[in-house]
Amino acid sequence: MARYVLARLFSAIPTLFLVVLLSFMLVHAAPGGPFDEERVLTDAVRQNIERYYKLDEPLPTQFVSYLGGVLQGDFGPSYRYRDYTVSELIAGRFPVSMQIGALAILIGIAVGVGIGTVAALRQDTLLDRVVMGVAMTGISVPVFVFAPILVLAFAVKLHWLPAGWSGAHGVSRMLLPVLSLALPQIAYIARLTRASMIDVLKSGYIRTARAQGLGTYAIIRYHALKPAMLPVVSYLGPAIAGVLTGSVVVEQIFGIPGLGSTFVTGALNRDYTLVLGVVIFYAALIIALNLLVDVLYGVIDPRVRLR
Amino acid sequence: MSAAVRVLRRAAGIPSVKVSGGILAAIALLAIALPWVSPNAYLDINFDRVLHAPGFAGMHLFGTDDLGRDLFVRTMMGIRVTLLVAVIASIVSLVIGVLYGAVAGYVGGRVDAVMMRIVDALYAVPFIFFVILLMVVFERNFLLIFVAIGAINWLDMARIVRGQTLSLKEREFVEAARLNGVSTVRIILRHIAPNLFGVVIVYVTLTIPQAILVESFLSFLGLGIQEPETSLGALVNNGVKHMETAPWVLLIPGGLLALILLCFNFLGDGLRDLFDARQSR
Amino acid sequence: MRLRHFVLACVFGALLAACGTDAQLDGNTLHRGLATDPESLDPQKARSVQAAHVLRDIREGLLGLSPDGELVAAAAESWEVSGDGLVYTFRIRDDARWSNGEALTAEHFVAGLQRLVDPAVAGFYAQTIEDIVNARAIIAGDAPVDALGATAVDANTLEITLERPVPYLLSLLTHPSTFPAYTGDFADGAGAADSASNGAYRLASWAPGSLLRLERNVNYWNDDATAIDNVYYHVLVQDVTQLNRYRSGELHITDNVPPEHFKQVREEYGEQLRVAPYLGTYYYGFNLTRPPFKGNKALRQALSMAIDRDMLVNRITGRGERPAYSWVPPGTNNYDPPELGFSELSQDVRNDVARRLYEEAGYGPDRPLSIELRYNTSATEQRFALAVQAMWADTLGVETTLVAEEFQVLLENIRERAVTEVFRGSWIGDYNDAQTFLGLMQSDSTSNMTGYSNPEYDSLLNRAAAQTDLERRRLYLEEAERLMLADHAMIPLYFYVSKHLVHPSVRGWQDNVLDYHYSQHLSLDAAQ
Repeated sequence: MARYVLARLFSAIPTLFLVVLLSFMLVHAAPGGPFDEERVLTDAVRQNIERYYKLDEPLPTQFVSYLGGVLQGDFGPSYRYRDYTVSELIAGRFPVSMQIGALAILIGIAVGVGIGTVAALRQDTLLDRVVMGVAMTGISVPVFVFAPILVLAFAVKLHWLPAGWSGAHGVSRMLLPVLSLALPQIAYIARLTRASMIDVLKSGYIRTARAQGLGTYAIIRYHALKPAMLPVVSYLGPAIAGVLTGSVVVEQIFGIPGLGSTFVTGALNRDYTLVLGVVIFYAALIIALNLLVDVLYGVIDPRVRLR
Repeated sequence: MSAAVRVLRRAAGIPSVKVSGGILAAIALLAIALPWVSPNAYLDINFDRVLHAPGFAGMHLFGTDDLGRDLFVRTMMGIRVTLLVAVIASIVSLVIGVLYGAVAGYVGGRVDAVMMRIVDALYAVPFIFFVILLMVVFERNFLLIFVAIGAINWLDMARIVRGQTLSLKEREFVEAARLNGVSTVRIILRHIAPNLFGVVIVYVTLTIPQAILVESFLSFLGLGIQEPETSLGALVNNGVKHMETAPWVLLIPGGLLALILLCFNFLGDGLRDLFDARQSR
Repeated sequence: MRLRHFVLACVFGALLAACGTDAQLDGNTLHRGLATDPESLDPQKARSVQAAHVLRDIREGLLGLSPDGELVAAAAESWEVSGDGLVYTFRIRDDARWSNGEALTAEHFVAGLQRLVDPAVAGFYAQTIEDIVNARAIIAGDAPVDALGATAVDANTLEITLERPVPYLLSLLTHPSTFPAYTGDFADGAGAADSASNGAYRLASWAPGSLLRLERNVNYWNDDATAIDNVYYHVLVQDVTQLNRYRSGELHITDNVPPEHFKQVREEYGEQLRVAPYLGTYYYGFNLTRPPFKGNKALRQALSMAIDRDMLVNRITGRGERPAYSWVPPGTNNYDPPELGFSELSQDVRNDVARRLYEEAGYGPDRPLSIELRYNTSATEQRFALAVQAMWADTLGVETTLVAEEFQVLLENIRERAVTEVFRGSWIGDYNDAQTFLGLMQSDSTSNMTGYSNPEYDSLLNRAAAQTDLERRRLYLEEAERLMLADHAMIPLYFYVSKHLVHPSVRGWQDNVLDYHYSQHLSLDAAQ
């Protein structure tokens, strides 16, 4: 197991290097510099600023020194937020994104597995059809359509919940963003659970258990749930990526100071170092979480040997 | 191509495929035809009819937007663009994915290992963030949207095609061709690729909604298609700004986008069931 | 079932974390909206308007502004100007203190100005004080920073020496970039690199992207006059979010009002909506260095006259903006802007004249002018450009192609003057003086976007700069603007307005053209 984890970590190095190199080249190819404004700087002032950020050095030199910094966990100073380093900005904003994202995934698993199991037990009944129809709709409605409709209904028309990320509403401000992010995950996980639960329920040992007179609840709880969860666990990787992407939109719509919205404004402001830092950070995060999911898979399913 | 015809004929027999396919065909046809017959042009601005509600006055069936432009025609144009982007992007991912997967699967050995390692590595890249970066750097080039979206989606295709090729490789007719001295390139193009049709058609229908999502996601962030041209994502973005005073500006394009995605998902599901059934038989 | 415990722990932890941070709305805390995070609270490094708002609360310069925008004494209690206008001597208050109780001296002001021009600090605003002796050489790295013409005669006396008269120097000294720099090592861990403060407030904490908490600085020399104990700046990038927060009673002051909701807000809030003239001009510029606009004044005038500015401000911007017929906005100190010659004519007459000029310039129905209009990607800009495009097409038959570009790309294109023809521009005054606008159009100005170059205009401005008599200076400046307007170097379109929602409980708010509202001038009426 330890060897497996190490090998996986080792194989992530070229991927990360590629990510760093590609995004570095991309941001430096971008037209317009990070310091352009209508108030045009005099040449002398501009040169001083470029020297301050070492932008006057040749690109390969800049890349090498950047890479060196990244290896030590230093993503350099932000071009826009002069009082902050990129690492500080990521550290300040990622927890917000993580809070919402983690809640969305947890709710997605809890509700999705529940719904999926019920639908599997009532296979081909009206209930099953309705639930699966709703789930299909849930997959199909994009988060940037769903979220504004939620705002329109619950914040603007009904005034039940705050429309934005408001400091005065600790929990209630999270409801709409988390729900917007969780909905597609609920739908997806419900479909996965239903399909695999139907398969599991057909298998021999469940039939044996049933023949022994075990109740439905006990069968699900002690025998069926764990094997039926396997596809859900392997879906967690894509789910995490989906939630990260969705959080970009949700943070925009609700005005949440998370990492996703920071990334978009950073890209528009040509905050080179910030954008680079976020891409590398997300890449590392996705690699790490995928690894975690695989390990988890091995823990649940003893048949899988991690080598 | 008789295999392809057989697959399609059987697919047309499944109710969910029939219904969703029918709706999609209808939407596509209407989107292509209606802008020609509508009395309103999609670029016409009129500050005297800003944000009018849907109605028959002036034939603004979907109302007007914040510039007084007819939303019906704009929505139809948006559907055209959205579908076009999705189809072309899917073709891009199809071509890359099929060739890559077929080569890896057919050649096998060390080449296969290296090629699949590359795919594994690319899976870890946060693509959507890369695409955002691309859009900013290359000034929202329309062509680039196709390439960017296609480039994201080919990974799945490559994996599936590789697996399929591995099993095809062992079949008699491929063996026969090889013994007859047919070149590798020719075998891949003439014998392997056509027999991948079934699996490819299933995954293309699953890729199209993903491509639609990415395009509308970018347009929603203001990084996709640029005004005065439009897509469903761009229309939704504009709708969000005015949803309090004019909810139809959001609800109509948003609803249509969801409907299109729903149909594609049903279509893909139906086709996959059919294909899985055929495989297991 | 270890997995289940793990999941439960996660849910619980996330919920707990979610509950933690509720802002308390207590009686003596002012909640203000801020459109972007300050990029820095180092006065010499900061750049944005938003950073300047916060810095005006936590730092203080030699001079400040009254609630209605007039120059007033601040850290300096008095000052003298030499007869030739080259030497300014400031007397710093004896009781001026930093937030840690240390005395604020002339040395700190010298340090601030030196930091601003220091190449190693790389301040964005360095060029605004380049008329101080040796400033240019220091910025270019040709002279040491201590060569700067700003010296501490004694602890309480600061002397600034200029290379040429700068009649608006006192206004410049209200800008945060000229604020004093603390020279000791003092950091109280509040988030900013150096959070020593000499203003009415001090920075208590700063959570980037969400909240800046300011609290009363008890060591401030005029602390008795400060009414509000705490000021919270809530960073809310989207103006709709600010509006929603105001609606739910969580903000006292918004720093903008979303255009899409303006009408609704006006009906809903009436007097609480404060719309006031602002020192900024929105214009369309010509690239004067390339055809078709190079040397074609008649064409430029035709395009300018064919735009119905009343229609634009009423129907497109629609937030109380005033149509612009001059470059310098009305309300500028000691200045009476001349207007474009046709401002008195009706739009119909203007259109007739425009058509005649258009033909004079060699264009007509058979040979229509075909141009590109560039603007930065934004729905509002696009709306505006579409309207102008329609006006030019209807009146003159001009074929205008709209080109939306990323803001940074647009700026680069404008600066290079290679592809631009007509472009969208705006200028916000840094200080209340006509120079901030007129100086832009001088041939050697780095911010001269159009490429306007008129020796007569330059010499009028130079003569004005050398003039210490304010009345004579005003006449030179007005003459210069008249000349530039007659050349139709660009198309002034409208003057900006500032837009805020101000809660009825806020007292002491006054509209002013610079739109600066120091928190120390405000108070909260609990009865409201």
